[in-house]
Amino acid sequence: MKKVFMSGNEAIARGVYEAGVRFAAAYPGTPSTEIMEEFAKYDGVYAEWAPNEKVAVEVAIGAALGGAKALAVMKHVGVNVAADPIFTVSYTGIEGALVIISADDPSMHSSQNEQDNRNYAKFAKIPMIEPADPQEAKDFIKLAFEISEQFDTPVFFRTTTRVAHSKSVVTLKDPQGPQEKTGLVHHAEKYVMVPINARIRRVEVEKRQEALKKFVENFPENKMEINNPEVGIITAGMPYNYAKEVFPDFSYLKLGMVYPLPVKLIHEFASKVKKIYVIEELDPYLEEQIKAMGIEVTGKDIFPYTNEFDPGIVKKAINADRHGAVSPYQESLAQRPPNLCPGCPHRGLFYALKKSKAYVHGDIGCYTLSYLKPLEGLHSCICMGASIGMAHGMSKALKEKGKGKVVGVIGDSTFLHSGITSLLNMAYNNSDALIIILDNSTTAMTGMQEHPGTGYTLMGKEAKKVNLNVLISALGIENIRVINPYNIKETQIAIKDELANSGPSVIISQSPCVLFKRANLKPVGALKIDPDKCEGCKTCLTLNCPPIAWKAGVTKEGSKRKGIAVIDETLCNGCGLCAQICKFGAIS
Amino acid sequence: MKDNSKVHSVLFAGVGGQGIIRASDIMCMVMMEAGFDVKKSEVHGMAQRGGCVNSDVRYGRKVYSPLAEAGSGEILVSFEKMEALRYLKFISEKASVIVNTEEIYPPAVNIGDASYPADVVGFLKKNYPRVVAFDAAEIAKKAGNVKAANVVLLGAVSNLLNVDKVIWESVIKKSFPQKLIKLNLDAFQMGIAA
Repeated sequence: MKKVFMSGNEAIARGVYEAGVRFAAAYPGTPSTEIMEEFAKYDGVYAEWAPNEKVAVEVAIGAALGGAKALAVMKHVGVNVAADPIFTVSYTGIEGALVIISADDPSMHSSQNEQDNRNYAKFAKIPMIEPADPQEAKDFIKLAFEISEQFDTPVFFRTTTRVAHSKSVVTLKDPQGPQEKTGLVHHAEKYVMVPINARIRRVEVEKRQEALKKFVENFPENKMEINNPEVGIITAGMPYNYAKEVFPDFSYLKLGMVYPLPVKLIHEFASKVKKIYVIEELDPYLEEQIKAMGIEVTGKDIFPYTNEFDPGIVKKAINADRHGAVSPYQESLAQRPPNLCPGCPHRGLFYALKKSKAYVHGDIGCYTLSYLKPLEGLHSCICMGASIGMAHGMSKALKEKGKGKVVGVIGDSTFLHSGITSLLNMAYNNSDALIIILDNSTTAMTGMQEHPGTGYTLMGKEAKKVNLNVLISALGIENIRVINPYNIKETQIAIKDELANSGPSVIISQSPCVLFKRANLKPVGALKIDPDKCEGCKTCLTLNCPPIAWKAGVTKEGSKRKGIAVIDETLCNGCGLCAQICKFGAIS
Repeated sequence: MKDNSKVHSVLFAGVGGQGIIRASDIMCMVMMEAGFDVKKSEVHGMAQRGGCVNSDVRYGRKVYSPLAEAGSGEILVSFEKMEALRYLKFISEKASVIVNTEEIYPPAVNIGDASYPADVVGFLKKNYPRVVAFDAAEIAKKAGNVKAANVVLLGAVSNLLNVDKVIWESVIKKSFPQKLIKLNLDAFQMGIAA
């Protein structure tokens, strides 16, 4: 048995491959992205980036109806996008197998909310498996596929950031070969969800629920460990590890399947221990169901509703008299928020856009980082694709008051994910807002994934590349302008003109991401600031470009300057934005 | 650190792009080859854009949590000077601190809204029994590439752990492409001597 050190996401990809699964579709999203990137590297697999999570799930459903074992992968909020097909494939079942991975993000390390997707399992009546570490992630994903096949049901597989992005020692097994059971099976009354059929399938769902409730009572990964009978912990996923670390002697019921719950097993555990704590991050999901079984437990009375846990949080909640750790350093420390990269093409766009004083609806991507001072590029950001609909709605509601003042900004990958229909709506309902597509030719935020606008697939094959101009024009938008965001003057003029236009306008701000290797950007050499010419006006600092720093105290005879700006040559890639805005010609 | 029955915690911290994740990966491989169970945590995504990056490395006979309890870390390896101050809550008052004295200004300092903390090393020395402070970037440049600063720091870490240096060297050899192996082995030795 080979032992390797791998992340939860790498382990899932390995487990999927070991289980003989060869088909997967997804849209990238932290903390799920690496599952597909790793899976795509295995021999003989088919893996694709779909334009969004709904499409990914539909692709996987199609494959599963053709008898394949199929996987769909997404972050927690991606399940919202995909919820429509998910709720009904729960009724139809599948021919092969279907597992949907939801990667949740307690603490919102890289997300706009921390919704607890265990609720989806209950809501959609779909069983859910939850691993606690990379070894379990690899082993449990195989069980998920087995349950899907055995019970003719989609299965949810929930991870959290700490499972996905922690690493540990994983024992590998030999992969099974793919079991080729694909073919056309006509079974229309099972798969055509018109009311007459859906009502019949609805009853089948309840029968399946009953069968699953019996199955979970003996599910081997719902594990009871009776140690000290005074205290029992009921938990699932990563919080088990936190509790086990600080309270190794308590008794445990660790659930590997969080929907449906093993009612008899929970009662049995309750009969063996005196005091029960339910330890779970986010919602009181287990707690409420266990209380409804008539079992007295302590949960969210003492554990936080928000953020991920750690061993210290678990210990402090149970030992209430214990003080948390304190830093000896009590001064305030400057924050270090993530920033747009040196030379990022979005920087010039946001610098120019700020001058327009427009209200900017933002979207999900690297450009969301422009929100912070000093760029302050966004005034709203809700979810993938929302900028366009929100800009249109605001512009319509404000009428004359909003004329020339409402903008939506959206990245190329996000636009293709869920911006097309809202742009169609803008054309159809004759909007007056301006949409700027920040086209850097990749899905940058999650680490350079391909999409329908890049010309390549996840598996590295050349692909049809969507022509944004033609697409936008076909939606009915007449004012379309392509600009180079590194030219600040041109960018400012374009924004001013298109804001003044009546009707919907689109500016495509086009320049590849600076981290994008395929773009083959030639480094032009770092810029320098001439300390004799710099007047210390700080204009270049308003770009918030990481290499540009303020050096206080460098004065000059006959000048009021109190310091100068300097450029760190090791970081600067010579994009030239700062040189364009320097009024004294000090940067070259 | 010679007690093999308990779980040990080493906290790596710094700024996105400094090779922190790679360094903590190397340390994990070393501890695994030395016969320990190992878990580590790290954060991807937003943190890669010049933000704070940290990674817990935990090893022992059996490790449950990839995150350490706050106040329990035995070694803090800070890849940037002021970042050391950000993580003191997570280490024990008896911890050893290894700190790269390189300064990377956060945006608020760059634009003059905040100041960079003064005398970080002095503060650390006053509060912790063992502080190893040096400019790892300068040393890495001497080894041949500033990017090897992470391996220089690992050299200093290896001095505090009871693991044969031969294991460290064999893992470093496996972690880099052929043409970078000598440079990184040199960087590792320079870190041991620093």
